[in-house]
Amino acid sequence: MIRDPKDLKRYTASERANHWVVGISFILLGLSGLAFFHPAFFPLTQLFGGPVWTRILHPYLGVIMALAFVVMFFRFKHLNKMTPADKEWLSKVDQMVDGDDHNMPEQGKYNGGQKVMFWALAISMLLMTLSGIVIWRAWFDLPVDIVRLGAVVHAAAGAVMIGLIMVHVYAAIWVKGTIRAMWYGTVTRAWAKQHHRGWYRQVTGK
Amino acid sequence: MALQSLDIKQRSATTTPSTQVRQTVEIAKLIDVSACIGCKACQVACSEWNDIRDEVGNCHGVYDNPMDLSAKSWTVMRYTEVEQNNKLEWLIRKDGCMHCADPGCLKACPAPGAIIQYANGIVDFHQENCIGCGYCVTGCPFNVPRISKEDSKAYKCSLCSDRVAVNQAPACVKSCPTGAIQFGSKEDMKDYAAKRVADLKERGYDQAGLYDPQGVGGTHVMYVLHHADKPDLYAGLPANPSISPLVSLWKGFAKPLATLALAGVALGSLFHYVTKGPNEVSKEIEDEIEREDALANKEEAK
Repeated sequence: MIRDPKDLKRYTASERANHWVVGISFILLGLSGLAFFHPAFFPLTQLFGGPVWTRILHPYLGVIMALAFVVMFFRFKHLNKMTPADKEWLSKVDQMVDGDDHNMPEQGKYNGGQKVMFWALAISMLLMTLSGIVIWRAWFDLPVDIVRLGAVVHAAAGAVMIGLIMVHVYAAIWVKGTIRAMWYGTVTRAWAKQHHRGWYRQVTGK
Repeated sequence: MALQSLDIKQRSATTTPSTQVRQTVEIAKLIDVSACIGCKACQVACSEWNDIRDEVGNCHGVYDNPMDLSAKSWTVMRYTEVEQNNKLEWLIRKDGCMHCADPGCLKACPAPGAIIQYANGIVDFHQENCIGCGYCVTGCPFNVPRISKEDSKAYKCSLCSDRVAVNQAPACVKSCPTGAIQFGSKEDMKDYAAKRVADLKERGYDQAGLYDPQGVGGTHVMYVLHHADKPDLYAGLPANPSISPLVSLWKGFAKPLATLALAGVALGSLFHYVTKGPNEVSKEIEDEIEREDALANKEEAK
């Protein structure tokens, strides 16, 4: 076991558990939702015990994700307020993507990109939840025009959300030393100083 | 109920063509509203042939019974009292699936083969493949499919596809005592309708005409209406039905494009990693931290 007592605590156990509930339900929702999104993905219904079970389970998984997401939203909302430094970071994001972070401004716990991701996911989640309720025929029977609009919004927001999560996951894979924060909550001091210097100063007092 | 003896022209949630080589005659049911006496023999025949018994409901003070289509009532008579040309008219329309040439239910359905369209024009639900999502209800411009509370499957008029497959007319047609329901090739039905329309015009219904809405590519259940200019009079029969633009957007080209875009994000990420390499912590910062630690250890030793 490698335990450096000087590693920095980034997430509490309860924050991590919360994120995992959202993450697992998202993966199950994405796979079951894609099955109904386009015929090319229909075979994914076999992962859920067949097409009828997929139709039954998908909305309940959605309720779990929506509830867990709301909790996560209120936990991290105050850390995702946009600052001028975030806007500067975003204006230089092309250099970052190109693999050169020398000109990037100092960032706090989250950088501008992560904050945009946070708000974009929050909006997508809100749209998914509302439109999902509208098209949930097992429990709701709304006027057909509203159901039609709900179906379009649900498909569009779902596609956007899958795209956003792909970027979210890739960013964690790309920036080495990040994924451990999701597993056991800590990051190395060097990682923090490299990627989130403002936060590093704040927690170390240096 | 799908039968292999009928050629399948289109099936739901299927992106490759169904059997196309054999052309069969397009059929149609023609409902002459002007000759209907509202006896409901067709409702009974439908229930008999399909062997489905709906709940015995209550009288609501009107002739309509049952009041609406259901998973167990695939056709219902809709009675409307209207005033036209200063005269009271009692309009009776046999409601049920219109068997659109461009079916909104089939377009919306996400389950492969749960909805099929035969080469003869019949649109049929194959409950075996139905998953109960209700998208067919969302797609239908005529508000026809119903989801059963018992089994969560979608049901509607099959135009007696099982009878038509063996050259029999649908049960409702057989039972009609006035000949208000006719069945045959779509061409023959159009010819027959033209005669009925001419007759109605002679009798003073200037706006009599055939209801075969082109917004859904025409239908395989058509009406002869005395007021073809006002189909809405007949218990809200839509004047220009078509698949909602929202449904077309939902089920159109947007999804294949979105799928490509998502594949693009996934491949883009992969190639970013391969070409730019991982974003590691710089050696410089690692060394800085190590020096700090060494210094701190020395201080402690003192």
